[in-house]
Amino acid sequence: MFLHEVIIAGFGGQGILSAGRLIAYAGMLDGREVSFLPSYGPEMRGGTANCMVVVSDEPIASPVLNSCTALIVMNNPSLEKFESYLKKDGVLITDSSLVQKKPVRDDIRSFELPATLMATDAGNKAFSNIYLIGKLIKETGIITPESFEKALYGVLSKSKHYLIPQEMEALKAGMDY
Amino acid sequence: MAVVFDRPHALVDIPMHYCPGCTHGIAHRLVAEALDELDIEGRTVGVSSVGCSYNNYFYFNCDMIQAAHGRAPAVATGVKRSLPDNIVFTYQGDGDLAAIGTAEIVHAAARGENITVIFINNTIYGMTSGQMAPTTLLNQVTTTTPYGRDAKEHGNPIRVCEMLSTLKGPAYIERASLHDIKNIKKAKEAVKKAFKVQMAGKGFSLVELLSTCPTNWGLDPLESLDRVKNEMMEYYPLGVFAGKDLEV
Amino acid sequence: MGERLLMKGNEVIAEAAIRAGCRHYFGYPITPQTEIAHYMAKKMPKVGGVFLQAESEVSAINMVYGAASTGKRVMTSSSSPGISLKQEGISYASGAQLPAVIVNIMRGGPGLGGIQPSQSDYFQATKGGGHGDYHLIVLAPSSVQELYELTVDAFNLADQYRMVAMILGDGVLGQMMEVVNFRDEEPIVKADKSWAASGHGMKREHNTVTSIHLDPAVLEQWNIALQDKYKTISEKEQRFELYKCDDAEIIIVAYGSVARIAKNVVQVAREEGIKVGLLRPITLWPFPTKAFEQVIDKPNAFLTVEMSSGQMLEDVMLAVKGRKPVHFTGRMGGMIPKVDDIMAKIREIRAD
Repeated sequence: MFLHEVIIAGFGGQGILSAGRLIAYAGMLDGREVSFLPSYGPEMRGGTANCMVVVSDEPIASPVLNSCTALIVMNNPSLEKFESYLKKDGVLITDSSLVQKKPVRDDIRSFELPATLMATDAGNKAFSNIYLIGKLIKETGIITPESFEKALYGVLSKSKHYLIPQEMEALKAGMDY
Repeated sequence: MAVVFDRPHALVDIPMHYCPGCTHGIAHRLVAEALDELDIEGRTVGVSSVGCSYNNYFYFNCDMIQAAHGRAPAVATGVKRSLPDNIVFTYQGDGDLAAIGTAEIVHAAARGENITVIFINNTIYGMTSGQMAPTTLLNQVTTTTPYGRDAKEHGNPIRVCEMLSTLKGPAYIERASLHDIKNIKKAKEAVKKAFKVQMAGKGFSLVELLSTCPTNWGLDPLESLDRVKNEMMEYYPLGVFAGKDLEV
Repeated sequence: MGERLLMKGNEVIAEAAIRAGCRHYFGYPITPQTEIAHYMAKKMPKVGGVFLQAESEVSAINMVYGAASTGKRVMTSSSSPGISLKQEGISYASGAQLPAVIVNIMRGGPGLGGIQPSQSDYFQATKGGGHGDYHLIVLAPSSVQELYELTVDAFNLADQYRMVAMILGDGVLGQMMEVVNFRDEEPIVKADKSWAASGHGMKREHNTVTSIHLDPAVLEQWNIALQDKYKTISEKEQRFELYKCDDAEIIIVAYGSVARIAKNVVQVAREEGIKVGLLRPITLWPFPTKAFEQVIDKPNAFLTVEMSSGQMLEDVMLAVKGRKPVHFTGRMGGMIPKVDDIMAKIREIRAD
């Protein structure tokens, strides 16, 4: 059964929610059932932010996740909070430019990626989330890069479309890392 | 035989329930005459409020809506936004408009909502038997100010026309009085003008009518008219507070 | 098939209202439903409709009262504390028999409470809420698709029965995104609106919209007419979903976003060999007692799960009428029940 339950967590402003929304959008374009549940409230204005994304072949029972098959973390508190949510053999992807802590579990597949540094070096820090999505695609196959590109066109306003080639390069760099 | 005086068509032919000497009946007539003379009864929707005039939907021949206490300007806003080509008025007392409904009247005025407000100021709550209103004058005895209204204890009376005329929204605000024929004639012109302002799409219009409440004032009808002239008009001066030069 | 879009629950409610012919929306900001107002502010001017940000929830509901009095389709939305402020107007609209749609995207209470999802306004929504003997039709969607379909239905039901219909959701439903399939054309029920106060054009007697009847004999007759209407609705409009109840030894009763979690529980339990089913009320008023009559024989017990202290629980007990044990588990204050917690309760019930 094709079932991916993803939690993405970090600080507000890191593109946590837009990453989740893009994955859900791309999953829909791949013809799958999807749900996206963002955290909301004061944390969106600078505190912690997280979202839950489900991509599945079956109708989705609940958009609220108590466990997940993959976890992307972009700060230390999020690793502490959500590591226990990962199912056995689940995929953990950390932005190692910001997360110094190491996972405590050894029954998961853990990957580190200095996404924020890579994005800063490439000239657009705002794309750090895209590198991480690239790695997620590589390790889980949750969505296709083609649908991700279409999702960018669907989600971004026209005035931002010129950035999409750079974002696809970021995605590829994440996949290849 | 020539008819020289008749009931306006916009008033239903039934007896009113108001006390002897109460000026509500005059105010109703002025509104009805305006609807007749401007030929707008058929496209007018009135909003009655809570207070002695709560059931004036029985008395006006146009379509009527009964609103919750103080909410008539919000209800009228909903009506006007749904039927922008219709004429919409509220008929509110001082407790309804200037106490519980302060937010609604201020914001309807601030938006310049294209409605007409008929505001009856008799300085007291009539229907619930004579309690202090936001317009009750200092030293006035009511059932909730048995020793007279004291500014320190109960605050000062609110002058609605003056307050609302500080806003940019209102197109026309006038205070008139119903205590004698001369002033009733002036009041009629004010009410009519308020509707004409709305018909011209100029925005919010309000006419305050200084009125009597013999029953709760403990005065007879004639003494009540004197009180309007001698006591109320000093604190509530007559005149146009917004739209002085507005031609409609 | 119409458009297939990934949309946020709150935005879908607004879009559904517009598709249902609603051209008047009056609101006041409050989390977690404010996206409804944002969407309306953007879209209403483009479809010739009215969006107005009122000075308060109290004013917003009274603007709804005014617009509904003219016979127009009208909506307001808020979240728990704001819905409390609207109760006066809801009672008046119910008394005056006005059709309107009100959305409550619930958050934790009492008081200012919090902003996270909750179901603790169940009593308020289903038992009256304001003063007087009245009911609202209360619809409880559990997916974004259902937010769309039930919002359209709410307008039809409100018009058909001349009463207020409420969409009762929570922060999860309002904030989540799912795929929604829009129909090309909405099934809009045209209702008689000859009662409306919209100007008689000198062609008929004047209409009055009112909730006041000072003569108690008249007011009683008015109430009897309301109750007759509610009885008809109770008979005709109950809606529910039964999921794997046929062989279930334990049936979970849950609505809204909690019903989604309960579906997960049904799967997890069955993987463990425990036969669990789900009875999901879609109408909370009228409460779907018929669903209980269909399933009452088979299960050993019912388990009500709510994001409250156990409010729907009382209706479940009334529907079960003591024939089977009824258990409860829930969370409050914006906390969401977990699959593991519900499973633990199920194991506890079985061990008894």
